Amino acid sequence: MSSSAFLPALLAILLGGLATAALAEPSPARRKELIHLVRQDCGSCHGLTLQGGLGPALLPATLAGKPVEGLVATIIGGRTGTPMPPWHRFLAEDEAQWIVEKLMAGFPE
Amino acid sequence: MKRIMQLLLSGLLLTLLSACGGMQVRGTGDLGLVVERASGHVTLVNTSSGKPYARIGGLGDLSHASVVYSRDARYAFIFGRDGGLSKVDLLEARVVRRIMQSGNAIGGSISQDGRIVVAQNYTPGGIKAFDSETLELLSEVPAEYEPGRFSKVVGLADVPGNKFAYALFDGGEIWVSDFSDPKRPVTRRFPAGLQPYDGLVTPDGRHYLAGLFGEDGIALLDLWQPEKGGRKILEKYGRGEEKLPVFKMPHLRGWSVAAGRLAAGHRPPRGAGCRCDDLEGNRPCGGQGSAGVRHGQSRRPPDLGQLRLPRQRLGAGDRHPDGQGGADPATGQGRAAHGIHAARRGGVAVGAR
Repeated sequence: MSSSAFLPALLAILLGGLATAALAEPSPARRKELIHLVRQDCGSCHGLTLQGGLGPALLPATLAGKPVEGLVATIIGGRTGTPMPPWHRFLAEDEAQWIVEKLMAGFPE
Repeated sequence: MKRIMQLLLSGLLLTLLSACGGMQVRGTGDLGLVVERASGHVTLVNTSSGKPYARIGGLGDLSHASVVYSRDARYAFIFGRDGGLSKVDLLEARVVRRIMQSGNAIGGSISQDGRIVVAQNYTPGGIKAFDSETLELLSEVPAEYEPGRFSKVVGLADVPGNKFAYALFDGGEIWVSDFSDPKRPVTRRFPAGLQPYDGLVTPDGRHYLAGLFGEDGIALLDLWQPEKGGRKILEKYGRGEEKLPVFKMPHLRGWSVAAGRLAAGHRPPRGAGCRCDDLEGNRPCGGQGSAGVRHGQSRRPPDLGQLRLPRQRLGAGDRHPDGQGGADPATGQGRAAHGIHAARRGGVAVGAR
């Protein structure tokens, strides 16, 4: 790449990256909805406090080391033969990703 | 002088006595309890005045909790998610006993004679029996359905004769434990089906039903003729239709049955709203169906004739195994057995599982 094209190219990559990140991050209103969904709906099996119930705990210690893609797939597609239903009607994949990231870090109230 | 002293002393004695018995004498039939899931408190309410009268904390994790009441209706036994079991005096508005009995608990029940409180646990899988007076552990029945494999216990209900019926979610069985000798329970096992998720006892105390999550149908056990074993009912309900996801494990409790008929949930025809098949026929209800049968397209209600459970009556083949007889021949009323007592009492949050 010639030196004159380098800076615009770099800017394009950075902006593209920022744009992608902005799309993936839910809006503040949507975030509230997702937090409510996880605590109340997921929580009906995984516990309001996410410490488990019929379903396993969803605490950072429990999820540590698990592959994020697998957890996202579990949320979106469910687990056949178990009480875990698919949530694809209610969640986009990037929202499920956001949820998994938050669960692994310590889910907000 | 002596007389004055006597009068003074009597007066003093009366004052002291009335101070000691300071609590007003009142009944408890209209007192109830509301579990605050998020805050870990219970609020005690007077359902006659419609007002709360106390709030109690220190009850651990109540994010899922259920309650049963003592036979004299004075005490509430609260089973908390974290395995806490608390005995609360509704009159004095305080916790009188509290223990931690398991790692993950779902609820409990109390014996018909009020002496034994039983908790049903996910971890460790099984049930534990406690003296209702002291909460001393009397015995336990681990839900070991295969060597080394312990199941979550669901659907615990008290049945006549100091017995308790319950289902094993992972084990796919219905168990009945007899606590006639509270320290040495005797347990019988019956096959149920895939993943029973909750259970109920019919108002006449005769039948235990366990809803099945893993397959269509409901497991039924005639407690008066247990030697006949369990059988399945409603197997055809929803069979062959599209399986729909279940977003919250339903409840199946005593209030689902009335006059021998089971209210079963029903998928709305084209979003018309949910309907329950109850005594009168289709009737709209809010939310998802109450029985955990899976169902697909709208269809005519199932033939509830299959569910018309025999009314309690003494007669050939209808003997109560204890020989105590079920029904009063004059009224046909039988003894009720329920996992939920004092249904008139105030709300308990059982929204989770």
